[in-house]
Amino acid sequence: MTRKDLGFRLGTGAFAFALVLVVCAIGVELVRQSMASIRAFGFGFWWTAVWDPVAARFGALPFIWGTLYSSILALLIATPIAVGIAVFTSELCPAALRQPLVFMTELLAAIPSIVYGLWGIFVLVPVVRTVESSVPATLRALPLFSGPPLGIGMLSAALILAVMVIPFTSSVAREVLRSVPGAQREAAYALGATRFEAIRAALFYARSGLVGAVILGFGRALGETMAVTMVIGNSTRLSLSLFAPQYTMAAVIANEFTEATADLYVAALMEIGLVLFIITLIVNSLSRLLIWSMTRNASLPVEAPDAVEAA
Amino acid sequence: MTLRALRAIRSLGCAGAVLLGAVLSAQVVQINGAGATLPFPLYSKWIDEYAKVRPDTRINYQSVGSGAGIRLLVAQTVFFGATDTPMTPEEARQAPGSILHVPTVLGAVVPVYNLPTVRTPLRFSGAVLADIYLGRIVRWNDAAIAALNPDVALPALDIIVVHRSEGSGTTYIWVDFLSKVSAEFMRRVGVNAAVNWPVGVGGKGNEGVAGLLKQLPGSLGYVELIYAVQSRIAYGAVQNAAGEFVTATVASVTAAATAAASRTAPDLWLSITNAPGRGVYPISSFSWMLLYENPRDKPQARAMVQFLRWALTDGQRYCEALGYARLPPDLVRLELAALTKIKIS
Repeated sequence: MTRKDLGFRLGTGAFAFALVLVVCAIGVELVRQSMASIRAFGFGFWWTAVWDPVAARFGALPFIWGTLYSSILALLIATPIAVGIAVFTSELCPAALRQPLVFMTELLAAIPSIVYGLWGIFVLVPVVRTVESSVPATLRALPLFSGPPLGIGMLSAALILAVMVIPFTSSVAREVLRSVPGAQREAAYALGATRFEAIRAALFYARSGLVGAVILGFGRALGETMAVTMVIGNSTRLSLSLFAPQYTMAAVIANEFTEATADLYVAALMEIGLVLFIITLIVNSLSRLLIWSMTRNASLPVEAPDAVEAA
Repeated sequence: MTLRALRAIRSLGCAGAVLLGAVLSAQVVQINGAGATLPFPLYSKWIDEYAKVRPDTRINYQSVGSGAGIRLLVAQTVFFGATDTPMTPEEARQAPGSILHVPTVLGAVVPVYNLPTVRTPLRFSGAVLADIYLGRIVRWNDAAIAALNPDVALPALDIIVVHRSEGSGTTYIWVDFLSKVSAEFMRRVGVNAAVNWPVGVGGKGNEGVAGLLKQLPGSLGYVELIYAVQSRIAYGAVQNAAGEFVTATVASVTAAATAAASRTAPDLWLSITNAPGRGVYPISSFSWMLLYENPRDKPQARAMVQFLRWALTDGQRYCEALGYARLPPDLVRLELAALTKIKIS
């Protein structure tokens, strides 16, 4: 190894470890800052549904619930659309249309979230309210559609998140599909597959990368703050209803941190940050496991591209 | 915010001040302050005008929110703080020295609503507002609201309660009033910049609350008077302690402060919600600047006291144009006397 090689290796290695150090430092600092709250509430913090700054009683459950509910709902909406966009732009689209389409989709990712929030509150929410009002009374009896049709609430938040997540998921999914070797498709056609069947084979080949794309979108949805807080209604009451105003972890930190003066209050907000950190960690670990088990049990002996790292 | 982070910010600030000091002449005094957003337009105007009177004093004010202002002052990152909510005894204990509250400006919070069919301004009482925010009155044509508004045909709409989602001085003033008029509200909700609301939808900022109100027929919320005036939102009258229904105006807000200041030996950090007396708007409050009574930096202390003397006297004439109520003269006298407590040498 030449000295240049060694320097290069050490340099890039230092960059990689610096990032690991930053992540560890964030974790350590979050624990340190939330110590007062951890001592006061213990693990009960995770499943307590009370958030009362006046009585200094804090629990994260409404925020954990709202964050996971809105993010999962957003993924359910966004994933089919994003994969559809990816399939069309990578497999079916006329060449002249491809670049403009890709450009427009990725432009969505560049819009500031405050703009999404304002669009949400002035355009999306009234539409959602009209839709909610037209839900028949028999359905309204279900817990999923209970409560007055405010427009503001879980459904609007999930829809906004879905729009924000789509460009991330679709552009990674497109790259993943493009990296499927041409030989795979040719082999499918050679066996008499229709175009649909060939695309299905390509999707199967790229499945671990596609899961990575979806997880990337999930991470984005978990941490989104501004647009969500503007349309979700910011209420700490737990509810299963799509129509009910709810709250997310990132939103409560953004909303209450500047005016929090009592030490325990600040520590509780810090612990919300810690909870979000841990949940993100769990989600990423689970996605790793999922990808690993998918590639391990693959019926096709293939090395799938790793989309998360590619992104 | 961590003390360490605050120290880092402070050392950065010092480095900045040193750099600036090297550029400017040695006589210029630089004062940093931070806090409430409500009085920010007026403070900016004051700082701007005062720079013309005294070019040797440079004041820098960051509107970071009342809570952050108090924490920065306690950590001694800034020379003065500003807040819409008086410091709690606990916060005062954490501070390394005793702190003087200087009322600088008056604010008020008004009930706003969206009832397309109602043209005349509605009247509210504290008890009715408290019951609405407790979720006990849920419809507009409730007998309690109808009794206050006998001439108005109230619709049979559900009341959609709107509140601020983030911690805010506006919320503090609102719940401070509701807690004074309703023992149940005091017990179940209490007084703070952020509270555990029994009902309602949260909007972010005055503009968030106003945005929700515009969209939701049947909604009821609260915003700062200045915001309601500037964005031309209709608001209701509120019954005061003397039983009158008063609409918030610059004059009725000043009346609240006059009533409060006329009490014997008032504390300058007193709450003036539900103040006694005629013509008083009951949901009024001071906004304060916070200063250490014995600041370490004496040149800054001298310059700051001079600035405050100017703001409380000559500076008052900028209030009305910006929608703020003037401080009553009796109170200004008390404050000028209190400023002599600051040890400037």
